[in-house]
Amino acid sequence: MLTTSTAAELGRLIAAGEASAEEVTRAHLDRIAAVEPKVHAFLHVDADGAVAAARQVDRRRAAGEELGPLAGVPVAVKDVLTTRGVPTTCGSKILDGWIPPYDATVVTRLREAGLVMLGKTNMDEFAMGSSTEYSAYGPTYNPWDLTRIPGGSGGGSAAAVAGYEAPLAIGTDTGGSIRQPGAVTGTVGAKPTYGGTSRYGLVAFSSSLDTPGPCARTVEDAALLHAVIAGHDRRDSTSIPAPVPPVVEAARQGGTGDLAGVRLGLVTEFAAGDGGEPGVAAAVREGIEALVKLGAEVVEVSCPHFAYALPAYYLIAPSECSSNLARFDGVRYGLRVDAPTLEELMSRTREAGFGPEVKRRIILGTYALSAGYYDAYYGQAQKVRTLIARDFAAAFEKADVLVSPTTPFVAFPFGARTSDPYQMYLADLYTIPSNLYGGPAVSVPCGLSDGLPVGLQVMAPTMADDRMYRVAAALESVLPTLTPPPLA
Amino acid sequence: MAAISREEVAHLAHLARLAVTEAELDTFAGQLDVILASVARVGEVAADDIPPTSHSVPLTNVYRDDVVEPCLDRDEVLAAAPDRENGRFRVPRILGEEE
Repeated sequence: MLTTSTAAELGRLIAAGEASAEEVTRAHLDRIAAVEPKVHAFLHVDADGAVAAARQVDRRRAAGEELGPLAGVPVAVKDVLTTRGVPTTCGSKILDGWIPPYDATVVTRLREAGLVMLGKTNMDEFAMGSSTEYSAYGPTYNPWDLTRIPGGSGGGSAAAVAGYEAPLAIGTDTGGSIRQPGAVTGTVGAKPTYGGTSRYGLVAFSSSLDTPGPCARTVEDAALLHAVIAGHDRRDSTSIPAPVPPVVEAARQGGTGDLAGVRLGLVTEFAAGDGGEPGVAAAVREGIEALVKLGAEVVEVSCPHFAYALPAYYLIAPSECSSNLARFDGVRYGLRVDAPTLEELMSRTREAGFGPEVKRRIILGTYALSAGYYDAYYGQAQKVRTLIARDFAAAFEKADVLVSPTTPFVAFPFGARTSDPYQMYLADLYTIPSNLYGGPAVSVPCGLSDGLPVGLQVMAPTMADDRMYRVAAALESVLPTLTPPPLA
Repeated sequence: MAAISREEVAHLAHLARLAVTEAELDTFAGQLDVILASVARVGEVAADDIPPTSHSVPLTNVYRDDVVEPCLDRDEVLAAAPDRENGRFRVPRILGEEE
């Protein structure tokens, strides 16, 4: 079955001429047509564009061109990345119908590597949320249980991969939006080092945190996709001008199951009662035991400021969002609600175009940045950010990676956390520290709790992305593969 | 520490050029109160002598050579605008507004 194959296998089949890129693409388009009525992972499927791109790969292959390991492999792209000629909404009504005039750098690199873009995936509006319930176009349904959320904000990308609609997807992670959906859909989701993947063409939510990264069903596939999209981009002022860490080699090394001498740090402060589900804690404990059997050692590390990561994040991210989203004013693109004055035009356009979570965060950010509150909120949060980075630096003196649950709870039912926004924010408890610090982190499946997937998170030092892939691949190599119930 | 009134929410929404309904004012004031009470905990950390971090990459002022490069096509950009005239974005009259 082409749709249940890994991206690495599909790449090999296409390279060997055993399947054409077009056949592989059509198999995935058929799967999309069959299961989308149930899953709703996509906001836009670009069937014609995908088939055309696949045919081009087949022509280049026939002409004897040397192509990369993922040439001809389909990929889904989160709708927060611009795609030339293909609609980009960010899950918001304010960009309904917008056709971007340019590609994001990540998308350019996918095209150059011969990947075939199937379409754009659903997300919480402007990537703000942990469930896709804040998408203006309706939620995505978790392939493991259609009555439950697929995580967010990148629930569409994770569900597309979990539901075999795409072998690979691109997500973006500001506070956990790749890793938490990965955890609750039983897939692999990696947040690269901040600055390791380009933000050019990623519609900005919180510029100092936003990081594009890979979603896949295996660690090796995630690493292969990471290698395609990563690397310096002069169009992004915070892009790191350094070689991409050897992520694919590390994933393959980890796959051999040898972790001799690798030190796993357990964060003391994470263990102190935080409202996480016992089933999640148990699965993660078993995952850590499996890693120890492969030769890893466990060390305890203290990160006293992690307790302030969630509050700091929910000041920094809304502050940056209130500034970034000022560009949606009904003047240059997207929705416009006409009014006699420009100010009224802007206010009414934004009222009609933004949903409740975006409005809440704009108001919160405007508050945190306003004169008289700036020092106590935004300024103080930035200082806490420094202390969290110092906690990580001290922890990495003792440990090679840190491990934790990805998120405190398994996929929850729709509506369970929408009435109290702060309850939704708790989904990001374990993922946020890495965003504030800037280091890479990956969620890898580590078992089930009540029949629903649990993710184990591996956090690594800045630009040591290879380390997290090695540990994640080692865990994957000894745990049974999780397969969701059939959808169609 | 945190207590945000309905009037403050209305003022902030105005600053952010966000029209909000009466019902939204009630909902947001209550929800923002809960959120602010939680995030205000950053104030518990003694950080007077700690420098702020704005982003995690140790880079400042990235320059490139001052050479002309092609940019986005004007007509293609304007095609995505809600209203346009003579190669420009068109908006309602600004001068003469009462404010």
